[in-house]
Amino acid sequence: MTQLEELVRDAEVKARPQSAAPKPAFMEEGDDDGPLYAARRNIYPQSVRGFFRNIKWTALGITLGIYYLLPFVRWDRGPDAPSQAVLIDFPNRRFYFFFIELWPQEVYYLTGLLILAAIGLFLMNALAGRIWCGYLCPQTVWTDLFYAIERFFEGDRREHMKSDAAPWTVQKVAFKAAKHFTWIMVAWWTGGAWVLYFADAPTLVKELASGTAPSAAYLWIGILTLTTYIFAGHMREQVCLYMCPWPRIQAALTDEYALNVTYRYDRGEPRCSVKKSEQLRAAGQPAGDCVDCLQCVHVCPTGIDIRAGSQLGCIQCGICIDACDRVMEKLCRPTGLIAYDTDLNIQARREGRPMSFHLVRWRTSLYAAIIAIAGGIMIYTLATRDSEGISVIHDRNPMYVQLSDGSVRNAYTIRIVNKQLKSREFILSVDGIPSTLIDYVGLPPRADGRQLITVGPDQTKEVRVMATDYSATPPAPSTTVLFTLTDIDSGATAQMRDHFFGPASKK
Amino acid sequence: MADEHKDIDAVTGTATTGHEWDGIRELNTPLPRWWLWSFYITIVWAIGYWVVYPAWPLLTTSTQGITGWHARSAIITDLAELKVQRGPLMDQLASASLPEIADSPQLLDFARAQGRVAFADNCAPCHGAGGGGAKGYANLNDDDWLWGGKIADIEQTIRFGVRSTHDKGRAGNMPPFTGVLKANEVSAVADFTRSLSGLPAEKGVDLALGTKLFADNCAVCHGEAGKGNRELGAPNLTDKIWLYASDKATIERGILQGRGAVMPLWDGRLSEPVIKALAVYVYTFGGGEK
Repeated sequence: MTQLEELVRDAEVKARPQSAAPKPAFMEEGDDDGPLYAARRNIYPQSVRGFFRNIKWTALGITLGIYYLLPFVRWDRGPDAPSQAVLIDFPNRRFYFFFIELWPQEVYYLTGLLILAAIGLFLMNALAGRIWCGYLCPQTVWTDLFYAIERFFEGDRREHMKSDAAPWTVQKVAFKAAKHFTWIMVAWWTGGAWVLYFADAPTLVKELASGTAPSAAYLWIGILTLTTYIFAGHMREQVCLYMCPWPRIQAALTDEYALNVTYRYDRGEPRCSVKKSEQLRAAGQPAGDCVDCLQCVHVCPTGIDIRAGSQLGCIQCGICIDACDRVMEKLCRPTGLIAYDTDLNIQARREGRPMSFHLVRWRTSLYAAIIAIAGGIMIYTLATRDSEGISVIHDRNPMYVQLSDGSVRNAYTIRIVNKQLKSREFILSVDGIPSTLIDYVGLPPRADGRQLITVGPDQTKEVRVMATDYSATPPAPSTTVLFTLTDIDSGATAQMRDHFFGPASKK
Repeated sequence: MADEHKDIDAVTGTATTGHEWDGIRELNTPLPRWWLWSFYITIVWAIGYWVVYPAWPLLTTSTQGITGWHARSAIITDLAELKVQRGPLMDQLASASLPEIADSPQLLDFARAQGRVAFADNCAPCHGAGGGGAKGYANLNDDDWLWGGKIADIEQTIRFGVRSTHDKGRAGNMPPFTGVLKANEVSAVADFTRSLSGLPAEKGVDLALGTKLFADNCAVCHGEAGKGNRELGAPNLTDKIWLYASDKATIERGILQGRGAVMPLWDGRLSEPVIKALAVYVYTFGGGEK
């Protein structure tokens, strides 16, 4: 048994109420197996003020602010490109992000971003558990917002529970209706903001307002309105408990040094009321700081008891820390009965050893290094990528053509890429064949005899060219040739290797 | 049985299934009820499909669904949309002359795109996917043309075929010389023919005999110098390109049995713009003559 497992088992045993496990509510007398399905237990998280609540409000403001407003940020790219800072332009197959423009073939930057995101998640987890779940995950952010709306209309925990238990009245119906209406409005704005990332935002807003927007826009707004309303309004913590893979992966990735929202049972147990603890202490018997006020349970958005130890249902948002600290302040006891801590430290305190925090360790250093390397490679390739490109496809049938005078010709389809936002002129050359002549299909030479290929701004152009070897000696069955594309203004070049095929040598 | 199932897990307080593997027991955690609802919703959704789309097979037909949607009518609609989208360029292709098409970059691109598809559908079985040809089927990429390599010549060949049933089809046969020439004479003519394009003759062959026999029998179509005659589809024998093969046996077989490959006519089978597109496409394979 590893040290971690020992600690976990210890914590479980210590934190469990002393009485035997109660029979679950859904089980009846004589019921062997219990029901196959269980209804959701309603959760009424109580509002709370404090440090972590403020962090959550701030994170909510920033993330939702970015999400809703980013499509309206403008970015001047000249006349031939959209002026929206962040735009996924599906019809033209372009992705714009401020000064970055990506083509479909550069989708590996997305792969890079996914690597960064995954390792970033691992790093967060290694440092302080489920930071993502607690503060940044859209499910958390929107659910938090929806809870705030619910409290605004139906009151805080007690009031809401009382109202839900009471018979239906006009007022109750009105408040519930107002809540659902506001939820749907928020959900609708959520879906509305989503589609703005795929088209010019101000134009699309006008089209949506006048009913002339493309049907896909309405469809997506509808889908996202529905999913936001269902996920944030009704599914809530069930998404984390039943649908999300991260809690499972996270549990496998964590280690004993990662900070977690922890009930310090070394200080809290045995639980007893304020009065009883005074009596016990007066009698020289041990009494814990936890007064079993259940504030940590009542504020929890996933409805768990943090005192049962680290568990799948805990999204580690730190709200229970705030709740517990308020109680401790009132009782004039030190705060931090629930805090970001590790079981190792609990063990250390019990044994009178100093606490230790290992934020810099092999695991976190490795994650940071991977992030630095992947990020560095992405920045380097992005900064040094070419704005012109060439790809060459050799004709497959026929591989080569024998001409009547015995010379040999190969045909190629060449695609030229111009990633700059201005029209450019290129000249093409081929090296590797002794005496060549390039013919361009349907591309007459200029008046000065030069064969220039014009490629429009941010476009590609396909040209069919034929290279003929006019030398007296027949070419080898295969010769490596090098196509070079040169921008006649800037001198920038792009190259591509291919082959020049000839008849197989006679036996 | 029932006794096994009463096993309650101490840590979670949840019943277990009673199954045990190496000391590991499975919790009998109930599924959330919404999971069940989601399942019912998918069933209702499936019934919705029966109502909206064609679904149940009947004896001779099937239930049609309230939308009347059908894969075939959908593709007909799509094709009609495509036709409208291509309409203006198709009209231009139909009305423009072949040189006009060749001179307009936009029309040329469009014609080549149309031609590529039509070629793959109609011509590739004989001429190859890229027009590379095969033994007896002309390579359309090279600069040797039996019936002319100008764009108008190519169009006529496509339109009316070669040795086809049409009056305007390309006509002219290589007759068989079996019974006309003796074996040694056929051999001599074949060697002389090979010598026209610089291929070596067999030892001890009477090239003079071959020369004389060629002038008497072959020059009427192939020309005195063997340069061929496009009016009759008689190939140029002096170049390096051979429709069948350049080895002596193949040439002898051609002399003895004659040659007369057939290409079907496409007039009336392909639309006007498509025939033009094909002509342009074949012309831009690289062998097109000005």
